[in-house]
Amino acid sequence: MTAVLENTANTAQDGQAGAVASFEVTLKIRRYNPEVSEEAIWEEHTVTAHGTDRVLDALHKIKWELDGSLTFRRSCAHGICGSDAMRINGRNRLACKTLLKDVNPDKPITVEPIKGLPVVKDLVVDMEPFFASYREIMPFLITSGNEPSRENIQSQADRDRFDDTTKCILCAACTSSCPVFWTDGQYFGPAAIVNAHRFIFDSRDEGATQRLEVLNDKEGVWRCRTTFNCTEACPRGIEVTKAIQEVKRAMITRAF
Amino acid sequence: MQTHQYDVVIVGAGGAGMRAALEASKGARTAVISKLYPTRSHTGAAQGGMCAALANVEEDNWEWHTFDTIKGGDYLVDQDAAEIMAKEAIDAVLDLERMGLPFNRTPEGRIDQRRFGGHTRNHGEAAVRRACYAADRTGHMILQTLYQNCVKQDVEFFNEFYVLDLLTDHDLTTEQIEDGAEVNATGVVAYDLASGETHVFQAKAIIFATGGAGKIFKTTSNAHTLTGDGMALAYRRGLPLEDMEFFQFHPTGLAGLGILLSEAARGEGGILRNADGERFMERYAPTIKDLAPRDIVARSMANEVREGRGAGPNKDYVLLDLTHLEPAHIDAKLPDITEFARTYLGIEPYTEPVPVYPTAHYAMGGVPTNIKGEVLRDGHNVVKGLYAAGEVACVSVHGSNRLGTNSLLDINVFGKRSGRSAAAYAQTVEQHLPIPENPAARVEAQLSEMRDRPDGERVAEVRKALQETMDANAQVFRTQESLEQAASDIRDLQKRYRNVSVQDKGTLFNTDLLEAIELGFLLDIAEVTVVAALNRRESRGGHYREDFPDRDDTNYMLHTMAYRRPTSAPDAADGHVEGYFDHVEDFGDYKVVLGSKTVTQTRYEPMERKY
Repeated sequence: MTAVLENTANTAQDGQAGAVASFEVTLKIRRYNPEVSEEAIWEEHTVTAHGTDRVLDALHKIKWELDGSLTFRRSCAHGICGSDAMRINGRNRLACKTLLKDVNPDKPITVEPIKGLPVVKDLVVDMEPFFASYREIMPFLITSGNEPSRENIQSQADRDRFDDTTKCILCAACTSSCPVFWTDGQYFGPAAIVNAHRFIFDSRDEGATQRLEVLNDKEGVWRCRTTFNCTEACPRGIEVTKAIQEVKRAMITRAF
Repeated sequence: MQTHQYDVVIVGAGGAGMRAALEASKGARTAVISKLYPTRSHTGAAQGGMCAALANVEEDNWEWHTFDTIKGGDYLVDQDAAEIMAKEAIDAVLDLERMGLPFNRTPEGRIDQRRFGGHTRNHGEAAVRRACYAADRTGHMILQTLYQNCVKQDVEFFNEFYVLDLLTDHDLTTEQIEDGAEVNATGVVAYDLASGETHVFQAKAIIFATGGAGKIFKTTSNAHTLTGDGMALAYRRGLPLEDMEFFQFHPTGLAGLGILLSEAARGEGGILRNADGERFMERYAPTIKDLAPRDIVARSMANEVREGRGAGPNKDYVLLDLTHLEPAHIDAKLPDITEFARTYLGIEPYTEPVPVYPTAHYAMGGVPTNIKGEVLRDGHNVVKGLYAAGEVACVSVHGSNRLGTNSLLDINVFGKRSGRSAAAYAQTVEQHLPIPENPAARVEAQLSEMRDRPDGERVAEVRKALQETMDANAQVFRTQESLEQAASDIRDLQKRYRNVSVQDKGTLFNTDLLEAIELGFLLDIAEVTVVAALNRRESRGGHYREDFPDRDDTNYMLHTMAYRRPTSAPDAADGHVEGYFDHVEDFGDYKVVLGSKTVTQTRYEPMERKY
């Protein structure tokens, strides 16, 4: 069912905890196609959905049955590849992880591209600026001296120190929910800081000083206004704001 | 049209592609072309672990791992390749750790290891702790770590570029090529999704790392983008596909959805139960029970359902029971998959068993290669400058059934090997070989024909019909009758495909158009899968024929090599290959011819497979 539009309504779905019967749902989608017009418009489509359908299923149904030109990114369809972050009823989420029944299908559900990145077409944005910030914080293990012949030794407690930030799937839901990022595209944004955190607090890494230098920049970590939008937006449940605070603290105390 | 020249071009930026890129880019000018951003690749969905006989937590050695892999593959594994994989597994894991991969740790601070299906101590005595893991997101961590190191090494990527053709200096679909004659791969043609432009990449060496084709089935753990592109391109250019009848159905997909729940759930103590609460795997695999290899567990589950012991209102799934595990243990070791159960089914795994049913997961077959990653054009001749690694390839380390974790291992070991071989080969080639005058013509004609077709059937309808017939007729249980039905449906769908049309007629980011192209790949892969399955009148590993329930080593201890050929070509796929199957399937304009390839055996004699 992940794959195709129709639902196995009479099979495993029925009787499962949380399952609900089929219902009509209207999606109000922000459409933009520069080949047609410079103006973005709202377009509504109503489709029949089933108990465990997600916003992605409804989008697919529209694309596959009604309007093939509706454009969005998606791949794994279960919240791990990070392709389909979008603004659903005003909040950043993954379309494949948002069940229709959980976003009140009684009213039209608004679907827009994530904010702060240039829109390419419909729900697709240009991700390059986002990945450029990511690359700038040196998102790789930096070590010096001879490599160990076996693995590096690391205690489970040290490993746990940065566990939360290893969950990041680079979907940009956090960065594109940040009001500072909306007004200042130069700001590194939460995702880049999360990935810096992942290495700064890794006991095997020796590049923390360099990374903190990068993030001490005027477009760095100090631009964060602690609005917690990012934490709320993260589909992986990462405590993004906390990670940013920890990076700020490390910058002052130089303890990591 | 734009033209580029590189020493090495890698198609696909999942685990195999990026592991290859890290090697190739050290000594050769390398580009990676991927239809997705690298971190979107499906390697990231792998959960449970990557096996290597590190012996960090208990006695183990790579020879046992080799044996398990061969037995797990029901002896259709090429034993030299399996030996290499098990031996090089140790360095592959250590490489990843040193690149930064955050493995879970033992109390001594070494890489922790856990049990996994089919991995045993001393040739089957008991389950062994061999899988190195990072919670239940090992694939995610591998993909991230490899991408991070590509950033570090400044690897050049062409993201959201779809490779739609392979250029060679001989037309293998029609020409009769002598044994030993040289055939070269010279480049690929790609389509830039964002701009709609075609790009020609001339290369001294090309590595296919395009992944699997799970979307030929309806119920699958695979991403929407796993449409068998690399396999289908090779096949269309006249290269064989090996062992395509062997498709793995992962036992524990979320019922009705197919979303993967890692085998690690059972490795950590989870138990499969039927409607009566019975731990039914005790009957099917008395020694290792729930940790039997996937083909056996999937079949046992399907059998429980068939015999009326399924759970739920329609008795059509079984239950994965984690309720006896400590919630803290579940949170530490299986956080993602338990969240999937909560998000998608509203089930709380601490207190309720999770409904599960087999889901199409992995193609054991693919583009045939040798242990250096070189692609074969028949039983033993290579195509110079062409390599393949990962799920697109068939080395064959998985034989007729892959063991859990061995795919993450495969991409790392053979990704590295193919990257190395490709770079080394490219360094021996002084100049790029000539490519046709208008190399993109075929692709451009295909795209504009599809785009301009005014009115026709919707792509989604044909795709849905394909996925439904594959689920109904070529899944866990197969018969002559069901497979003939699938073949006849596919014949019909191939015809309907010629009349599908897209609604989006634009140039920019036309995913409608690309979905139509991908459907063509899916149809071709389903076609080979079904024809090979029809021919194999035995049951082995992931291929189970109810009408031929036993393994038949006398007639079928051979790899299948499927070729697409013009109807006028001789039926014997290849005279100089040791033996060929006489099964030929006509598809109107062309036919599928089945050759064979010997299985390499080193020290393990085929035995009956019991667990």
